[in-house]
Amino acid sequence: MAINWFKYSSPASFYSLAGKMIPFFTVIAIILLAAGLYVGFFVAPTDFQQGEAYRIIFIHVPAAWMSMFLYVVMAFWAGIGLAFNTRLSAMFASAIAPTGAMFTFIALWTGSLWGKPMWGTWWVWDARLTSELILLFLYIGFMSLQAAIDDPRRADKAGAIIALVGVVNIPIIYFSVQWWNTLHQGASVSVNQAPSMATTMLAGMLIMVFASWMYSIAVILKRTRIIILERESHTAWVAGLQKKGTVS
Amino acid sequence: MLIWIIKRDLLLAVRRQSDVLTTLFFFIIVVSLFPLSVGPEMNLLRTMAPGIVWVAALLASMLSLGRMFSNDYIDGTLEQMLLSPQSLSLLVLGKALAHWLVTGIPLVLMAPVLGIQYDLPGDALAILTISLLLGTPVLSLIGAIGAALTLGLRGGGVLVSLLVLPLYIPILIFGAGAVEASMAGVGFDAHLSLIGAFLLVSLVFAPWAAASSLKVSLE
Repeated sequence: MAINWFKYSSPASFYSLAGKMIPFFTVIAIILLAAGLYVGFFVAPTDFQQGEAYRIIFIHVPAAWMSMFLYVVMAFWAGIGLAFNTRLSAMFASAIAPTGAMFTFIALWTGSLWGKPMWGTWWVWDARLTSELILLFLYIGFMSLQAAIDDPRRADKAGAIIALVGVVNIPIIYFSVQWWNTLHQGASVSVNQAPSMATTMLAGMLIMVFASWMYSIAVILKRTRIIILERESHTAWVAGLQKKGTVS
Repeated sequence: MLIWIIKRDLLLAVRRQSDVLTTLFFFIIVVSLFPLSVGPEMNLLRTMAPGIVWVAALLASMLSLGRMFSNDYIDGTLEQMLLSPQSLSLLVLGKALAHWLVTGIPLVLMAPVLGIQYDLPGDALAILTISLLLGTPVLSLIGAIGAALTLGLRGGGVLVSLLVLPLYIPILIFGAGAVEASMAGVGFDAHLSLIGAFLLVSLVFAPWAAASSLKVSLE
């Protein structure tokens, strides 16, 4: 039996599908989060070099991965929306941006908290930190461009173009920052030594990565639902939902 | 078409010379503010000079981006240009090149004088000028995308800086890096080659992206 995937590219049918999916992903996210934090704080051994402070890795690394991954996903959906003129893809891209920006901020924040005990300073102009900061700027640029445009169709398309330009530039920015860093900085602080991890540490980190995934999916679906309601408030099916009292 | 649009924009710029001079003097003032803020210590200033001149060039080029499309947008010329059968990318390329001739070239010509104020040695001055000559067209081309996207928006001037400045970072790194490398006595060819590569890539892709942005903005 062929599944008609295009059915769910209509905001109305996606709205109810997302409503069914959200509780599922929320529950998995909570379970994984609890398991990941338990493994991270109680099971994983203390690092012989970094002591207890290394445990911030269980938040920091998943946040950093998600921040980069979500930008690519956002640009992908924005590009789909631009190419095929599908409204839902563009709404989905706008829903991803705040979560991506939040993970970028968390990665920078926890990185700074981690840097203080390890390197004795809150901030170093290391290649990774700097490119993560620039990624935050790209997210903020995307969101403020969309916020400044009143017409939602124009906001979608303009946001899609800047997201795609950003995604083309990310590797260029990353490598130029890396080169700049190696030219300027002595080897006083090195983040590039990756000591081999204990299996439980790795397991805890991977569980946390999956927890972040599930959390992102749940929150993005929820936000997409709200954007759909906002944009489609003039339609009959939203009015029907209001009558039934499922939407206040 | 390309020549025509460049000639037209240059003519408009000549008729309103104050716009060109404002950008140039902004550049000069920003560069002159730094010794006042960090002190007249010559050794410090010499090491900071490439970065300061490049950041000032970035800001000056960005501030003048608003003029690239907005006047034509207000009087309706841009809409007519969009309706014409000519390629829109070519038109954007012409406008970006005109923007570079009007704002970039004066900065390039002024940079050695400002470099002397910072006591840069002769060959570093030459590299600074060459890096600006190669880099400022990239600023105009990338800026065209930002200018097209923010056309007619409230607070467009501040918004364009949020969009465009992160994309300028690689040019800044290699532009200032080339001068620093030549001062440190290391090879600077790689930096200049990379700026040249950015120039070629943005010559191909930026007009296209800016043209689609214009279509979005004028829908």
